[in-house]
Amino acid sequence: MIFLSLFLSFFHIGALSFGGGYAAILLIQEQVVDKHQWLTQSAFTDLISIAEMTPGSIALNAATFVGNQMAGLPGAIVATLGCILPSCIFVSLLAWIYTRCRRLSLIQGVLAVLRAIAVALIAKAGVTIMTTAFFSNGTWDFSAGNFQIRMLVFFAVALLLLRKTKLSPILIMTMCGVAEVSAELLSRL
Amino acid sequence: MKPEKKQILKRLFFSTLYLSTFTFGGGYVIVSLLKKKFVDEYHWIDEEEMLDLVAIAQASPGSVAVNGAIVVGYKLAGIPGIAASVLGSILPPMVIITVISAFYTAFSANVYVAALLRGMRAGVTAVIASVVFDMGRSIVKTRDWINITVMILSFFISCYFQINTIWIILAALLFGIVRTLFSKRRNTL
Repeated sequence: MIFLSLFLSFFHIGALSFGGGYAAILLIQEQVVDKHQWLTQSAFTDLISIAEMTPGSIALNAATFVGNQMAGLPGAIVATLGCILPSCIFVSLLAWIYTRCRRLSLIQGVLAVLRAIAVALIAKAGVTIMTTAFFSNGTWDFSAGNFQIRMLVFFAVALLLLRKTKLSPILIMTMCGVAEVSAELLSRL
Repeated sequence: MKPEKKQILKRLFFSTLYLSTFTFGGGYVIVSLLKKKFVDEYHWIDEEEMLDLVAIAQASPGSVAVNGAIVVGYKLAGIPGIAASVLGSILPPMVIITVISAFYTAFSANVYVAALLRGMRAGVTAVIASVVFDMGRSIVKTRDWINITVMILSFFISCYFQINTIWIILAALLFGIVRTLFSKRRNTL
């Protein structure tokens, strides 16, 4: 039953993604690509690009996208509800406790560790996405035709622009896309 | 003077709807805009309480933007408030991604669209690398060596072992609780 698995998968993602939007990428990938094979790794990477360029958190965007691909609009609604339900329960519970005892030091302490973990999980997701971007067959095989040197160059230039200029990340990503389209056009001349 | 409930619900819905349509750049940006609206503009929540509410939103799993909407909705109008603000914040990404999702299937087979998306993968890799750099640096700057070790260790564990992310997150949660309780006891002695 696709609706139930969509709901449960995104409930799982919503319940465990501590540390902001990027931290959810790895969890989404585990559910959507590895476990259920709803998306290929490259479609998933495209989804992350699309999510970066549109408003809304990555998890919500993924819920709507995957839900739509698998079961149309009802699928998107079910996946989104699954994704936000843990938040609703957890946040209201914490807010309720807070209005009664106003002590958050335990939460703050746990939060510090979770922030550190989030960096590690985002880095891991980044490595996977990098693999998809740089290698045609998705494995670290540096043979000609598989390793895309051009992508490495785009990556390096984009990273430099991100760090050294105030250009928006969306603009920089679009520039990478346009550069690849130009390369494609040139190769067809 | 406290405005009547119906007006609060309307404000909540339209504020979150507006913010999640036009805010790029993730949850933290939305949370600071929520604060601007409800603390500085409407004066419905006081500054210090808002800081604690934001801490709750960040400590909870799920998207920070949705969690932020939940705490503000809960604080101002209870459960109906949560419904209004959550609905406002999930509708825009749902509509936008549903439209994109329909186009994705139709267009991703096109060579030039595929090239655009392929180039954007290099860009999104750079964006994630940059995020990891910033977040990692802020963790290192705390000079909390235990957390820094946890961060590095969990990165290598998730890269080199086929371990489900859920275990890393649960271990971190447990570690954070034990560590906070332990250091609190030491402080009181």
